[in-house]
Amino acid sequence: MVQRLNLWLRQVPVWAVWLLGLIPLGLLVWDTLQGNLGVDPVRSIEHRLGRTAIYFLLATLTVTPLLRLARLNLMRFRRALGLICFTYATCHVAAWVVFDMAFLWAQMLKDVVKRPYLVFGMLAFVMLLALALTSNRFSITHMGARWRQLHRLAYPAAILAAAHWLWALKVWESWPLTILLLLITLLSLRIFLGFRVFGWFRSVVGCL
Amino acid sequence: ALGLNGAPSALSTDEKQNSLEDITHYNNFYEFGTGKTDPVQYSGSLKTSPWSVKIDGLVDRPGSYGVEDLAPESALEERIYRLRCVEAWSMVIPWLGVPLAAVLEKVGVQSGAKFVAFQTLHDPEQMPGQRSRILDWPYREGLRLDEAMHPLTILATGLYGRVLPNQNGAPIRLVVPWKYGFKSIKSVVAITLTDKQPQCSWQMSQPGEYGFYANVNPQVDHPRWSQATERRIGAGLFGGRQDTLMFNGYGEQVAGLYAGIDLAKHY
Repeated sequence: MVQRLNLWLRQVPVWAVWLLGLIPLGLLVWDTLQGNLGVDPVRSIEHRLGRTAIYFLLATLTVTPLLRLARLNLMRFRRALGLICFTYATCHVAAWVVFDMAFLWAQMLKDVVKRPYLVFGMLAFVMLLALALTSNRFSITHMGARWRQLHRLAYPAAILAAAHWLWALKVWESWPLTILLLLITLLSLRIFLGFRVFGWFRSVVGCL
Repeated sequence: ALGLNGAPSALSTDEKQNSLEDITHYNNFYEFGTGKTDPVQYSGSLKTSPWSVKIDGLVDRPGSYGVEDLAPESALEERIYRLRCVEAWSMVIPWLGVPLAAVLEKVGVQSGAKFVAFQTLHDPEQMPGQRSRILDWPYREGLRLDEAMHPLTILATGLYGRVLPNQNGAPIRLVVPWKYGFKSIKSVVAITLTDKQPQCSWQMSQPGEYGFYANVNPQVDHPRWSQATERRIGAGLFGGRQDTLMFNGYGEQVAGLYAGIDLAKHY
């Protein structure tokens, strides 16, 4: 069953994942133009982009456990999933800069160094930026072992992003808490279920 | 009656008012959920009539008062106020209400009273948000007596020429325009005159972030976000931000209440 699914997945072109991944963005643009975003479109745009980025980061981090535990091979799509996450994270930051903060650079700078939830968010974004910039064949062949080390940043980035979401709220809300718990579960799986370094390396190379 | 009228007031601002849609579809009323549209979606279950407000403590005439007793239609004034949320957004809202001072005079404040404590209805049947313990229900707020007696402080029963919609705190709520919005407690069922500083829900929940005073103050940031600027709701995608004014622009009227008080310490 899984084998048949894997065979079928090999037929799926990577651009199809990109196409699916950009649907939320398309819907957001559509809703913006149609005035469907409610009383405060700035907040809606910012939050929808941020949430979608975290969902794709979660999806990216699920690829290896799925291969290890269910033998489901989505490795070919992992880079696309990661880059789609980065696309949403970039749009999220851009929406904050342009719509929310209206280019008030001085206040933004002060906020980013002073406010824990913005520190977390920005750290996560810088990590994702490093991952996105090195998500290409050239970097993988030239960085060798250091590439693998660098790309483990996906985990701290995800945890920081979820903390950023939770900490921006006034009370503990269940949905971002659920996402954080899922991320912690994925991280613990990686640590405790023996995703051996060698196997990890093989799977990364195998998919690219 | 849906239509309500109020006498115009010199305390009103002439700034552009937010639309009825803005005011009724973007609410923080955690009794109905934490989302901005949860209150409009889920507050239909709130039964606002009959409704009584228990007034007790250091008063001459304690008792249960009806909304119409406290804010008779003939006494309503229109107060167009800026509202500044602690989340750094703002609106301009045409309230209908009566000065809280008039209500307190009616019940007779005794000389020992120093503070006024308020409570929102606690009924998870009608207020589904109260089924999760995100705050220690019932919602509580409080003012110093002189703040409560200030002419800007009102009990509102309407807005935009109509009876207060449920999501805005029907049937009767407090409005204190120089303080962050959370001080303006909604759907009030109890008012207590006391000699002790009352417990306030947000202060109880996170005392390092929310103080008793909660005066709008661009110089004192919330620990997690700046209060220097705000976003006016309804300004559109490119509406930008505007500077937040001390006491939300009501400094001329209220600064005297805080003479000699360190507002960075008493936030």
